[in-house]
Amino acid sequence: MGVEKKRFLNQLEAEGLKQVVPDDFPGKVIPGGNGGNIVVTTLDSVINWGRSNSLWPLYFGTSCCAIEMMQTGAPKHDFSRFGFEVARPSARQADLIIIAGTIVNKMGPVLRRLYDQMAEPKYVIAMGACAISGGPFYYNSYSVIKGADHVIPVDVYVPGCPPRPEALLEGMIMLQQKIKTENMKHKVNPIDGFDEGKV
Amino acid sequence: MKNEDLQSIINGFSDNLEFSTEASEFLNVVVPKEQLHNICNQLKSNSSLKFDYAFCITGMDWGKDLGVIYHLESTELKHQIVVKVMVDDRENPVLDSVHDIWQTAEFHELEVYDFFGIKFNKHPKLRRLFLTPDWDGFPLRKDYVDEANMIVK
Repeated sequence: MGVEKKRFLNQLEAEGLKQVVPDDFPGKVIPGGNGGNIVVTTLDSVINWGRSNSLWPLYFGTSCCAIEMMQTGAPKHDFSRFGFEVARPSARQADLIIIAGTIVNKMGPVLRRLYDQMAEPKYVIAMGACAISGGPFYYNSYSVIKGADHVIPVDVYVPGCPPRPEALLEGMIMLQQKIKTENMKHKVNPIDGFDEGKV
Repeated sequence: MKNEDLQSIINGFSDNLEFSTEASEFLNVVVPKEQLHNICNQLKSNSSLKFDYAFCITGMDWGKDLGVIYHLESTELKHQIVVKVMVDDRENPVLDSVHDIWQTAEFHELEVYDFFGIKFNKHPKLRRLFLTPDWDGFPLRKDYVDEANMIVK
């Protein structure tokens, strides 16, 4: 009867066993005596820790970068290892949009609508030359938007044509680091003032 | 059928045809625009040609002339040909529609009209296909100007 002994860290350590708290847990676990523990942390760091390690990306592949994005999710590179878990086909269930491909004038409003449908907080990665600047092929065209950041605010840019999966993973990990610096008190919504030209 | 054999048959259709196989695996035939419909009709109905499939119809801007390139194939006899037609009037380019010969041309001609502004006689309904109905100009022409989006070199 009662609570299982191994739940308590101070007893684990006394028996020479290892901590079960993850290494990157943002805070301290202090033995409180009588089998109890005290966790010391800030809300910001524990919320950011949770958020950054369970980002669900939205499929948004408009050209060849999408193949590289799929490869990043496939077993060989497997972005689930870093907490990106499942890619979602619905904007309502996603909190990260990876723009993998060219955005043309017809696609612009669609991208904006998808972004607006996502629940906050939401993050954007622009993957590849087309999503960053219109791309190396079609930049001098009547139909291509010169960078996805003309439509929605972008958090991380991953250059390449297309970037290798390692590069996208690096960008995604950079986004995690950015999320870990967020502050609830001074939270800024990136879309606020975006249409008026605020960067 | 070999290109040479194709050429000898098609050469009998008209006096004003130009043939070439330069830089192409297909036999290229340049047809005067007045004879386009007639020649295309014969290409399909001739029993030793039987070009029953227009697998690609492309608009073209050669800088001075506008034109259309028809890639034709016979699904039965397994040979291909390229038919080119040019029109030098950039203000009001008009060609004959071939949609009554190959029905797939109906949509291809819409696309050519959309991007090059070439009008097709007797086409059922010429309209903007990919672009918005109020679009100004024809963006795949070499002299198209779009100051907001395009850099002039």
